[in-house]
Amino acid sequence: MERFTGPISQAGQCVLFLFRMLAGVRFSGSQVLTVLQQTYLIGARSLVIIMICGFFVGMVLSLQAINALEQFGASDQVSLLVGKSLFRELGPVLTALLFAGRAGTSITAEIGLMKATNQIEAMELMAIDPIQRIALPRFAAGVISVPLLTALFNALAILGSVVFSIGVMDLDAGIFWSKLQTGIYFEQDFLGGLWKSVVFGGTISLIAVYFGYSAKPTGSGVGTATTNTVVLSSVLVLIFDFIMTSFLT
Amino acid sequence: MAMMNDSMTDNLDSEAPIIRIRDLVFRRGRKTILDGISMDIHRGSIVAFMGPSGAGKTTILRLISGQLRPDEGSVEVNGQLISSMSDRELQHFRRNIGVLLQDGALFTDLTVFENIATPVREHTDLPEPLIRRLVMSKLSAVGLGGIEERMPHELSGGMARRVAFARAVVLDPDIMLYDEPMTGLDPIAVSTIRTLMRETNKALGLTSLIVTHNVTQMQLLVDYCYIIASAKVAGEGRPADLNVSTDPGVDQFMNGKVEGPIPFHYQPPTSRWGLLD
Amino acid sequence: MRANYKVEFASGVFLLLGIAALVWLATRATDYGQEIGKETYNISARFINVGDLRDRAPVKIGGVTVGMVESITLDPVTFEAVVHMSVASRFDEIPSDTGASVLTSGVLGDRYIGLEPGGAPDMLVDGDELFITQSALVLEQIIGKYLFNTGSDKEE
Repeated sequence: MERFTGPISQAGQCVLFLFRMLAGVRFSGSQVLTVLQQTYLIGARSLVIIMICGFFVGMVLSLQAINALEQFGASDQVSLLVGKSLFRELGPVLTALLFAGRAGTSITAEIGLMKATNQIEAMELMAIDPIQRIALPRFAAGVISVPLLTALFNALAILGSVVFSIGVMDLDAGIFWSKLQTGIYFEQDFLGGLWKSVVFGGTISLIAVYFGYSAKPTGSGVGTATTNTVVLSSVLVLIFDFIMTSFLT
Repeated sequence: MAMMNDSMTDNLDSEAPIIRIRDLVFRRGRKTILDGISMDIHRGSIVAFMGPSGAGKTTILRLISGQLRPDEGSVEVNGQLISSMSDRELQHFRRNIGVLLQDGALFTDLTVFENIATPVREHTDLPEPLIRRLVMSKLSAVGLGGIEERMPHELSGGMARRVAFARAVVLDPDIMLYDEPMTGLDPIAVSTIRTLMRETNKALGLTSLIVTHNVTQMQLLVDYCYIIASAKVAGEGRPADLNVSTDPGVDQFMNGKVEGPIPFHYQPPTSRWGLLD
Repeated sequence: MRANYKVEFASGVFLLLGIAALVWLATRATDYGQEIGKETYNISARFINVGDLRDRAPVKIGGVTVGMVESITLDPVTFEAVVHMSVASRFDEIPSDTGASVLTSGVLGDRYIGLEPGGAPDMLVDGDELFITQSALVLEQIIGKYLFNTGSDKEE
């Protein structure tokens, strides 16, 4: 019985945790500053890996697309194919998965370690709400960071596509850009992808802070929680991606 | 400071105990951690709780700070019943309590200065220059002026403990709770912490409760000692009296003997929760 | 919270970089900002069938984009598709007997509206309707026509 009720009650706790965090939103100067700080710590530090991955994803996408399209003599459609798949799927999903591995784990480990070293308890004893002080800024920073990282991923991927398609394969630059500008729809593709990445950012950082906060305060407990963060948030990102795609289009 | 709250004024009678515990019972699952403990702790005293691991010493501290609620019996601090406080009252109450946890529990992502300033910022509206002065004075009181910009991981164990001490007393609490304040420190750091505890207790008129295993340090420091074993008070008294006690349990603990009323053998389920302490 | 200056600066750079990437993507890599001009006037045309013509599809004369499709509705009485288009005001000398067709760019490309200017002295003004229209070619119908060689007047 526990095997079935356990995950459900955990999901419930997770949602309650979210509400407790949201109840702590104050928009005070110090809170905004902490969020900014965390945005640096978890967003900016994922920047390099995201940009490198984006660039190469753009290159390999163009390579595959040109190979396939050449057979129909349609290789000048490459920017459209690359752009659509980036904006709608690959950008948000790959960024979210990378973010889960890079930042999600570090959030869980950090909070778990704070718990293991009694810092959370010390806060409670100082009558400071640790959810508001520790969890909320990291959650908010995740929600802010992921869409921005997705944008950078997409930008670098398009750059990678430019380098490969125009630089290596000698396609026409004018056609490349005009295909993007006429074929990619601002609302459907751009905003749809952006909306996805906001949801992914929220999902990953909620799971990361929740698992960190509920980790057993021991070395192995923190390790387990960190692994769980990556596994669960990656799975949820893909599930939510399917659900949102079916509603968006 | 202004933190000395109104409740104290009702209770200026210095003879009345600041902490009054009556018939305290605390259970976790089927295991009884504390079974009918009563004690009076007087204002200005330094009191130690000793006993084997898992005997419920830390649990008493947590019941006094309101982190746990008793199953039966009562805990009164300054005449206020802790067990019936709402969360909000509890938050207010905790401003009068300073806690030094095991290993200090400094916030690893903040500088020493910010660590000490955190309770001040959270509970007062003091302007920045005043906060700075307050923090710096506490820091130099523990003999660590000049390290305010360092991060906790750059400190030695003894320094971290002293910073945590400064943080615990920064709001001038009425009561200080120490959970094994000397564990894992070198002998010099132990003496430093002990001196700090003694002097601060006197200078600020605190009441200090200490959970410790260190019999020698306890004898040098405290006014009164409770020995907790098997969920009950096994012995109590001034350290000098306990030293010469003929009670077998007290004797066993004070002199670190293997054989005695406190069993050597692990006995499930009575010591299943040993890790709690 | 006196965070150190470097951290604040770096997070600021990250935020700016991210927002810059968003703006760049939106303006350079999507159809956002590909408006035909601020000043436009509206015309409409009726088609039996518009195929998979979409909102925001381009309206072209001689291959040059002069406007875009604003909306496509169905006339509840005649069951014709009514396409509302906005045309940039600088193209204000389009004859009133101009014809409109639903065309396809390339074999598999997107649908667009092609205008073929007539010779009438009057010019199109805001709210006018185009009467000479040609519907989208629907592949199945063409094949059907070819196979059975049966003319239907569905397409004018």
